[in-house]
Amino acid sequence: MSIFLRPNPSSGVPIYLQLKDQIRHAVEVGALRAGDALPPIRSLAVELVVNVNTVARVYRELEQEGVVALRHGIGAFVAEPVRAQRRVAGPTSRVAVAQPAVRKLVRSLIRHGLSTDEIRRLIEAELSDARSVSDDAVVSERSSRSTQTERGSGVS
Amino acid sequence: MTDPRVIETYGLTKWYGELEAVHDLSFGVERGSISGFLGQNGAGKSTTIKILLGMMRPTKGGGRVLGRDIVDPAASLAMRQRVAYVAEDKRLYDYMTVGQLIAFTKAFYPTWRSDIEKELLDEFRLPVDRPTKKLSKGMRTQTALLLAFARGAELLVLDEPTEGLDPVVTDKVLKLTVRAAGDGATVFFSSHQIAEVEQIADRVLVIDRGQLVLDASVDAVKEEFRRIRAVHERPERVDLTAVQGVRRVNVDGRVVSIVATHNVEGIIRHLRNQGSSVEVLPVTLREVLLESIGTKT
Repeated sequence: MSIFLRPNPSSGVPIYLQLKDQIRHAVEVGALRAGDALPPIRSLAVELVVNVNTVARVYRELEQEGVVALRHGIGAFVAEPVRAQRRVAGPTSRVAVAQPAVRKLVRSLIRHGLSTDEIRRLIEAELSDARSVSDDAVVSERSSRSTQTERGSGVS
Repeated sequence: MTDPRVIETYGLTKWYGELEAVHDLSFGVERGSISGFLGQNGAGKSTTIKILLGMMRPTKGGGRVLGRDIVDPAASLAMRQRVAYVAEDKRLYDYMTVGQLIAFTKAFYPTWRSDIEKELLDEFRLPVDRPTKKLSKGMRTQTALLLAFARGAELLVLDEPTEGLDPVVTDKVLKLTVRAAGDGATVFFSSHQIAEVEQIADRVLVIDRGQLVLDASVDAVKEEFRRIRAVHERPERVDLTAVQGVRRVNVDGRVVSIVATHNVEGIIRHLRNQGSSVEVLPVTLREVLLESIGTKT
């Protein structure tokens, strides 16, 4: 199968997300249709030279999102679109709905003279902020992974 | 066989006379995973690997590899039957030809994979009749790798396996590594190439001056680690000592730059409460690495 490109390991985006996007895209543009078999995990990993666990994670998450159907002992297939939409209200349709709003916002920011990088950083900061409102409980549960020695020269 | 950890160390420390080569290393490697071990020359990578394989005794601490005590010579000998090791210097028996060396090695291992042997002889274009002492550096490495991958070992310990190889062969070696792990082997490899580790590893370990400065999942570094930059009129008043997830803090003028491992939201809230304007940027493994080692400002 050569419809998938090798992910870029040095990109800030994790390899599993790059691969997920590729598969989702292939389904959206019709390069892969419902019922089409996806390559076995191991062979896709070897072909793209990425970790087997990475591909396994991609298939697992796409199954949860209703894009892929995993059949035990047989392999992974592209799921029926109807089922896909019913399961999580269609990730692609939700994206399609949100897109005009994001486009409008981004265009207006560009008109106001903001650079691409500035917009990206603002959105990142807002996303983190929004998460902090909705995930307060989760945040406080997380245990500290940084140790005193890692903190280096703290500012005081 | 139920222990998911193939490698486990606690407090490994090694002194060479006055020099402490490895300091208090504790880490674990899970079965079937690929771990990339990064660090500068002389950081302690090869010393760590030799201690793991029982080729060197730690001054303090200990560990288990494939369930065997690495400090007990008899146990570590039994363990090495199941481990394929490619040394940094890629040393081979100089008096043998490539073909003789392969025949000699495979006689010791019932798990030998003749299919992989043939495949690699062909792909690496190795001269079977040439004495190994007359091989180029790259061919020595490829011969050593053939012997390691064809062994069908449970654990592959590769000390800079791609050093000195051209990009085509490097790619082949990475592919073999992925395939070996896909077949159930556990891989522990050291490297200078950050991109290689990002490409194939589950976990990354970084050692600097004998100390483990990073032990994280490659995906977690990309997804959870962030650089947070805060602008504050009086940066010396920004206090983050009690905040979780702060890995490193640098101050340059009015800009406080933080590398966060998690709790990004909490850190942002904290900074805003102290009156800073805040921006968040992704951080690459390269940046984390460069910030963890070398000059500590």
